[in-house]
Amino acid sequence: MSKRTVVPFGPQHPVLPEPVHLDLVLEDETVVNAIPRIGYVHRGLEKLVEKRDYTQFVYVTERICGICSFGHSLGYSECVEKLMGIEITDRAAYLRVIFHELSRMHSHLLWLGLLADGFGFEALFMHAWRLRETVLDIFEEVTGGRVIFSACDVGGFRQEVSNETLAGIVAKLERLRDEYRTIAKTLLEDSSVKSRMVGVGHISTDKALELSMVGPFARASNVATDERLNGIGAYGDLAAFEPVLSDGGDCYARCDVRVREVLQSIDIISELVDKIPDGEVMVPVKGSPEDGAQAMTTLEQPRGQAFYYSKGNGTKNLARMRVRTPTSQNIAGMVAALSNVELADVPMVILTIDPCISCTER
Amino acid sequence: MSNVGKSPWIIHYDGSSCNGCDIEVLAALTPLYDAERFGVVNTGNPKHADIFVVTGGINDQNAPVVKQIYDQMLEPKVVVACGACACGGGVYQTCYNIMGGVDTVIPVDAYVPGCAVKPESILDAVIAGVGILDEKAKAMKKNPADKDRSEKDASTGAHASVADVDDGTNADAE
Ligand code: SF4
Repeated sequence: MSKRTVVPFGPQHPVLPEPVHLDLVLEDETVVNAIPRIGYVHRGLEKLVEKRDYTQFVYVTERICGICSFGHSLGYSECVEKLMGIEITDRAAYLRVIFHELSRMHSHLLWLGLLADGFGFEALFMHAWRLRETVLDIFEEVTGGRVIFSACDVGGFRQEVSNETLAGIVAKLERLRDEYRTIAKTLLEDSSVKSRMVGVGHISTDKALELSMVGPFARASNVATDERLNGIGAYGDLAAFEPVLSDGGDCYARCDVRVREVLQSIDIISELVDKIPDGEVMVPVKGSPEDGAQAMTTLEQPRGQAFYYSKGNGTKNLARMRVRTPTSQNIAGMVAALSNVELADVPMVILTIDPCISCTER
Repeated sequence: MSNVGKSPWIIHYDGSSCNGCDIEVLAALTPLYDAERFGVVNTGNPKHADIFVVTGGINDQNAPVVKQIYDQMLEPKVVVACGACACGGGVYQTCYNIMGGVDTVIPVDAYVPGCAVKPESILDAVIAGVGILDEKAKAMKKNPADKDRSEKDASTGAHASVADVDDGTNADAE
């Protein structure tokens, strides 16, 4: 057996937008073990429910993570609405799903860029982020914010978005689709890109199930897990919904799944814009959650299943707010994917699980 | 823009931010905002960087990391605190694990407001930072003993004199 060395990785590292630390145990150039250490971004947001009432807390949940921001406010709002028995209007439910899918597109495009940066393809990174600006422009036009836009609130959707604006959004996305196909082609067909990704960081279906992986990371190992299948909110009104799967289990498959999910999101948005009913977008919210009432809900975030739990105590403040985020589920999978890869592939394997540390640590 | 006489290289570190500001810092570097036209390059190495862009507040875990990156940067250096969190804790101000803004551990030269910050204001701050960088460089030339190393090790005479010698050689070269 050759000598083992430990290489520290992070918390400040060029490929990591976020701080996480890994001790990589190496034998020659091969990783035999990776020991994660987290806690650099822990803020203590769940405890903040004691200081902010349930309407103010929407703004806090949005800031659990700036990338999945809309998703968190959506999950929280759905959870509190369940807790208090509030029925939102159909139009609001549709708008929420439309914006959630737009957020998924922005998150995936961001990720595709970071991946390209991870294997050293700078131009592709720039192109992916240029396309992502189209989605951010839509956010800015409708809500005024680019990444954190406070559109979702307990009781519905805070902006009235006209049908013309929605049609404009779909037209923009259709234009984006063509341009997107060219960068997707490079990502999936370019031989040098493929040589970096195919067969790297492989996880089998059984292993993925055993490690309870979620989101695109699991779907790339052919596990059909997707919370959108539960049909919560307007997802239930879709004519059909099939999760995007791949049986490769390697970095290439994870990239492939996310590339196709962007196109799937465009399809979902167009379908919902066609079907959206007219009506109000907000219902009035009064009172406080009852003492001892509990509610929970799940949501498919760009990175996988997120779980929300809330408990009332009769006052304006919730007794407990719990969020379990996809990345905390996927850390075990990440460590498994890292074993037996070359040191040079470590940044890319870490990127392909699309870790969101600030979600994980809250 | 006439004050930009140098291509500022930046290093970015995410304190305990929510990512909102981080992705806007990155967005400022990508085609729409294109900070690179001012010569701004994002580097991962503190020793190559002139401007330290920090997002997010400070907690016990990341305080030593931020401090270390700052210490590894060479003088003159500028710190830009991006976003409400980095300026003073932002929405997380009352969280049990937040000590406050970046200025609780290192001196900050420019504060950028916003939650999340807009890429335009990040560009503004970085360009203002270049001005500060120039001023600091001038001050260093005028008063060579004022280097950070000699400041920190003022008590240990040996180090201070090393700094003096360094400056002497630089002056000769010019
Ligand atoms: S200032 Fe706002 S957007 Fe920026 S890191 Fe803090 S909470 Fe996130």
